[in-house]
Amino acid sequence: MAMIRPLSTAATPGEAGTGLGAPESRLPAHSRYVAVRALQRMVTAIRSNRKATWGFGLLVFFCLVSAFPGLIARDEPNAMAYPTALGPSAHHLLGTTGLGQDMFAQVIWGARPVLLIAFGAGIAATGIAVLIGVGAAYLGGFWDGGLNLLTDVLLVIPLFPLLIIIAGYLHSAGTLVMIFVITVTGWSYTARQLRAQALSLRNRDFLEAARVRGERRLYIVVVEIIPTMTSLIVASFLTNALYAVLFSTSLQFIGLGDPTIVSWGTMLRSAENNEAFQTGQALWIIAPGLCIVALGAAFALLNYAFDEIGNPALRPLRRKRVKQSG
Amino acid sequence: MRFALRRLAFFALTLWAALTLNFLLPRLMPGNPAVAMIAKFKGGVSPQALKALEIQFGVETHKSLVSQYGSYIVNMATGRFGTSLSQYPASVGHIVLNAIPWTLGLVGITTILAFILGTSIGILSAWRRGGALDSIMPPTFVITSVIPYFWLGLVLILVFGVQLKWLPYFFSYDYTLTPSFSAAFIGNVLQHAILPAATLLITTIGTWILTMRNTMITTLAEDYVRMARAKGLPNRRIMLDYAARNAILPNLTGFAMSLGFVLGGAILIEYVFNYQGVGYWLLAAVNNEDFPLMQALFLLITLAVLVAILISDIATAILDPRTRDAG
Repeated sequence: MAMIRPLSTAATPGEAGTGLGAPESRLPAHSRYVAVRALQRMVTAIRSNRKATWGFGLLVFFCLVSAFPGLIARDEPNAMAYPTALGPSAHHLLGTTGLGQDMFAQVIWGARPVLLIAFGAGIAATGIAVLIGVGAAYLGGFWDGGLNLLTDVLLVIPLFPLLIIIAGYLHSAGTLVMIFVITVTGWSYTARQLRAQALSLRNRDFLEAARVRGERRLYIVVVEIIPTMTSLIVASFLTNALYAVLFSTSLQFIGLGDPTIVSWGTMLRSAENNEAFQTGQALWIIAPGLCIVALGAAFALLNYAFDEIGNPALRPLRRKRVKQSG
Repeated sequence: MRFALRRLAFFALTLWAALTLNFLLPRLMPGNPAVAMIAKFKGGVSPQALKALEIQFGVETHKSLVSQYGSYIVNMATGRFGTSLSQYPASVGHIVLNAIPWTLGLVGITTILAFILGTSIGILSAWRRGGALDSIMPPTFVITSVIPYFWLGLVLILVFGVQLKWLPYFFSYDYTLTPSFSAAFIGNVLQHAILPAATLLITTIGTWILTMRNTMITTLAEDYVRMARAKGLPNRRIMLDYAARNAILPNLTGFAMSLGFVLGGAILIEYVFNYQGVGYWLLAAVNNEDFPLMQALFLLITLAVLVAILISDIATAILDPRTRDAG
């Protein structure tokens, strides 16, 4: 989780298509067509690209777990109802914590707040990024200058230290506060990418056509430009969601989250506080950590796979198979 | 020249924004955290220090917000960061100055190592496209780059510190030793640095490998590389002097920026290993509600990033004339 965001999804201006064959009605058939195509390509990628399949599978798995935790783990995650520090057994799949809670129940129930933060902050930060990035590119002039400056300033202020001091003033940030803080500080990187792509679209023929037809600006932005940028918007969401997972669990680990919420980050916090190492409870540290890595990997693998689609040069080379016989 | 001036103006503006954030945040927060902090430290610090704090955070003063802001800016500009509360009566400046060398040594050296190693592996992997190295690496490093620093640190402590007992994992040297420039002390410091440095190296190297590999692949498809092959130049020369030389340019900018992030980049690693650098003190200040120390460290971390960006912008403009108009 570098402070500089890695795995950048380069803007792929090729997405806009040529506009050939767009019917000459007032309907934005072109943009809708491009948006549907982009989504179809993602579905194809999930089916055929192994990284995307894994990423998608993991993500669906965690979504199901956090939607129905009660079906998977019967124990109350917070109840200190058992002997402490039991090893794994049929009753306690991962044993119990040093505080006598069922660890399996904690891991399962702990998925929900992490996913809520990932999707909440991911969607909200991407929304702001679209609004500011596309708005700046399309409005141009004074607005572009101002919004772009705001983006740049926020982009260079170190994000994680800023999050730490805000969370430090707030004391124990719950799920909603966490989503809010991560969103407000974290949208700038993707806003910049979205602006770059929107700028490259500005002089395309299909937008010119819409202008000549006399469409309003808002209409052009919402109906013509944004659908054309579908794949970059999805990539922005994946980036923002990944950072929300890493940042929120880190904040919880250092004790700036709400300690009463069962979450992977707070689990690691109490494992460290109760000296899980010294008492030989390695699972208390390994289990929630592996979950964080798996969820993060789901977002990162999807993002990397979509990157490969946008830039065919990056795709893995397949050795041509020589058929041995008929 | 106009380019440099514009970058300088941006530098000044961002610095001002960070200063203002620092000033406004405690005043905007619900329940005014500064009041709680002052109540907590009452009796523990001298009346003058308390008075200074009240002025610094705008508690129980009749001054307007604007004049508070004015004196705050003057204090910051003249380096008067105040007294630390959790380490009373040490001054904030004293703690910060003691913390910087540890972070620079640990994180700085590891960042340089990660860049050199990662870039070399990236070059080789792109050159041997489709080889064994190239096919396992991207998925592996996509995954290592999402491992939270602090968790990998915990796992390394668990394996090499607690179970195998090979390496120390607490503080930056043995408490029993007195700091000196003797071989024994330096050896001890290096030993303590191995686990935190390995944590940082493993989690950051993937980004360097992947970005270098990806730009290198794009560069290898360029016509001038094909021309070099057609001329029959030795492979080594095409790889290093033709392709890598150009592919590395964008990565150099990233490297310069990552040097700026050194001070604030390994906060959680310092926390997990109790390594007494800038990040360790930032978290200690947050947990102890030592706001003066916290503000000074945040400013320092931001300033380091801003200076690095300014230098890298100007260096890129000198190295690559095409960027001069773009900024």
